[in-house]
Amino acid sequence: MPRFVSARPDASLIPLPWNTPLEEWPVSNLVALPRGISRHVVRFIKVGKNVYAAKEVIEHLAVHEYRLLHDLNRLYTPAVEPVGVVTERYDVDGNALDPVLITKHLQFSLPYRSLFTRGVRQDTVARLLDAMVVLLARLHLVGFLWGDVSLSNTLFRRDAGAFAAYLVDAETGELHDELTAGQREHDLTIARTNLFGEFSDLEAGGLLDESLDPLQLVDSIESRYRALWSELTGKERFDGSEMHRIESRVRRLNALGFDVAELDIATDMGGSTITIQPKVVDAGHHSRRLLRLTGLDTEENQARRLLNDLDAFRARTDQQGADEAIVAHQWLTEVFEPVVSAIPEDLRGRLEPAEVFHEVLEYRWFASEEAGHEVPLEEATRHYIDEILRTKPDEALTSVDVMGPLANPYDPSMGYVDDDDTVPYDPWEADAEAVDPADASYFDIDALRARGR
Amino acid sequence: MATVSFNDATRTYPGTERPAVDKLNLEIGDGEFVVLVGPSGCGKSTSLRMLAGLEEVNAGTITIGDRDVTHLPPKDRDIAMVFQNYALYPHMSVADNMGFALKMANTPKAERQKRVQEAAALLGLEEFLNRKPKALSGGQRQRVAMGRAIVRQPQVFLMDEPLSNLDAKLRVSTRTQIAALQSRLGVTTVYVTHDQVEAMTMGDRVAVMKDGVLQQVDSPLALYDTPKNVFVAGFIGSPAMNLVDGKVSEGGIAVGDFVVPVPREVLAKAPGEDTLTIGIRPEAFEVADGAGVGLDVAVVEELGADSYVYGTLAGLDEDERLTAQQIVGRISTRTPPRRGETVRLSIKPDTIHVFSKENGDRLT
Repeated sequence: MPRFVSARPDASLIPLPWNTPLEEWPVSNLVALPRGISRHVVRFIKVGKNVYAAKEVIEHLAVHEYRLLHDLNRLYTPAVEPVGVVTERYDVDGNALDPVLITKHLQFSLPYRSLFTRGVRQDTVARLLDAMVVLLARLHLVGFLWGDVSLSNTLFRRDAGAFAAYLVDAETGELHDELTAGQREHDLTIARTNLFGEFSDLEAGGLLDESLDPLQLVDSIESRYRALWSELTGKERFDGSEMHRIESRVRRLNALGFDVAELDIATDMGGSTITIQPKVVDAGHHSRRLLRLTGLDTEENQARRLLNDLDAFRARTDQQGADEAIVAHQWLTEVFEPVVSAIPEDLRGRLEPAEVFHEVLEYRWFASEEAGHEVPLEEATRHYIDEILRTKPDEALTSVDVMGPLANPYDPSMGYVDDDDTVPYDPWEADAEAVDPADASYFDIDALRARGR
Repeated sequence: MATVSFNDATRTYPGTERPAVDKLNLEIGDGEFVVLVGPSGCGKSTSLRMLAGLEEVNAGTITIGDRDVTHLPPKDRDIAMVFQNYALYPHMSVADNMGFALKMANTPKAERQKRVQEAAALLGLEEFLNRKPKALSGGQRQRVAMGRAIVRQPQVFLMDEPLSNLDAKLRVSTRTQIAALQSRLGVTTVYVTHDQVEAMTMGDRVAVMKDGVLQQVDSPLALYDTPKNVFVAGFIGSPAMNLVDGKVSEGGIAVGDFVVPVPREVLAKAPGEDTLTIGIRPEAFEVADGAGVGLDVAVVEELGADSYVYGTLAGLDEDERLTAQQIVGRISTRTPPRRGETVRLSIKPDTIHVFSKENGDRLT
């Protein structure tokens, strides 16, 4: 019987055909969703309303990744949520099968292959690269060495016109107290290589917008990362008469979406030179504030947008002196929730609620400009739903794969149907055929002696 | 090509007292294939990463050729690392999958093609070059990943458990092929594995580590025949060497009811110890005509001309047997002993290993 290791088990997973290799699972259990290239067998499985990603991988890696994903979630770092590991799987002949790592499918997520396609706008590209860079910096801040930075291992979610990036594969990751400069350089080197390969691949498939150059893209990622890292952790030296620079550093970090939990401030002997260096910075400055005030869990830019609207609401209703939490509750019930509940049931899968709210605010702004007076929110919501939301594709479970007909719709690593099907001669694999698998753990001292002679 | 040398290289992780790698001294010759092996947490991967520049070196130095690289960033060290992780890009041919990093480094196209062609020949992938990587097997994917490192023509290859993703059959054939490939390329290679069989079949020399300390570095045969201490003796070899504690007595060491003859000058090397550890490789046993170590046979495994005999020292009662140390012998005989039988085994005299019980050091 298979065994489940899980912190929050979903009982509906238990009856699935775990004793069958994932590759042979009945289609009725699967959903074809686009995803990155993987060296393992990965399938999306659907049970009830939930979609999970299942990856077949050797035991110590499965357990390692399960724990790491837990740690990343605990550290408030954007990563997919681990659900469990299924071990002790045996096929009908009693052969052991590799364990399966189960993670939650990230709703409303978009794989990179559907984002960098033809006709993509330059500022969209810039925002995607920024999202990737923020993710890498956030991982590095908590001491996580990714080891396999790539677009295939990243998912993007819309974030108030920008994007938020999530880590989806932690197999090669390691969590340290702190990363050394060499470890971060290592991740950057890997990022350069992998991303260059991935962009070149899109280019080779005619899927990368012609205005984009793989080399420029990776250069841009590297320089953006370095700029962000030095803002987050760099030392700043200034004259004692410029004390306002402490405050402005903190504000700059807040604007980037980070909180400063600990700032190291040192003065020289005479007190004329001040050195400051952020020691502990936490991501999620705005999203944590929004969560605290309203209970809404959103991406960082969405939170920023919602908080701005909350501030505007407070001014509009003339409640500057009132308790923030009380005003927030009013805003939630009188402004935010009416917009969200106005979305018809059949359009709920189009965009996340917070993203809809952001788009409604945008829509209202343009509509008001055009009308020359403020369009009421209710009216803006109604028009937005009919004119815009209805025309959007469903993104809760994106099922459009832009790369053309896959040889196996459940596994993009298997290539495309137009490829050649014959198998060329491989001298190495031919050798492996003759091997007795028991030899793997058998040490042949006689052969070694014969060789030494 | 280059030599690599660790000189008292030490790495202590922040917040820990004991170094993860403690004063490592290791000279690796030009073109040599050295395998770092040991149980998990022994410091082998940390050592490799120190060489790669991914781990800070807190004390000591590391040189590649005559360059001190101790504080150089990874990209300036002229090394290529082969990982277990690799992604193949479905729209690019196998050739482009191997050569794309050269393109990123602006290597001219003709040179790129030449290097990819050469690497493919070495890796048995020539037939695949113009194809898309559709349906490549795990082993072939792994080789394309190695090709990526080979085309860079680095001074040193670093490999961190590159076979751990492969199934058992492919692991056996690939390890031989990688070793052959390395010797043809002649590029200095440092290879890390936790698997001693892999280490012994691949390396020119094998460095055994434990708790951050290098225990012994030697050719596979020397490690097998003259392990420097009890740890190396027990770690190298499969099935493992039998290590039995015995009382020192007249003319030898008592193992069960039999005194294994040990020369006086060996015993004299540990004057204060009345118990020593004796090490016997399974194949050092022979079925004795007369006196010998008594073994109550529990399991017999016949393998061609030889049989593996598993049991416990003779004369124990049933409860004692359950917890007693298991002894393994590989004996060649036409009529192997049967389960439940007691056999007497003699030991080929020049194959006996004796270790101090106090510090584990080799005495023979």
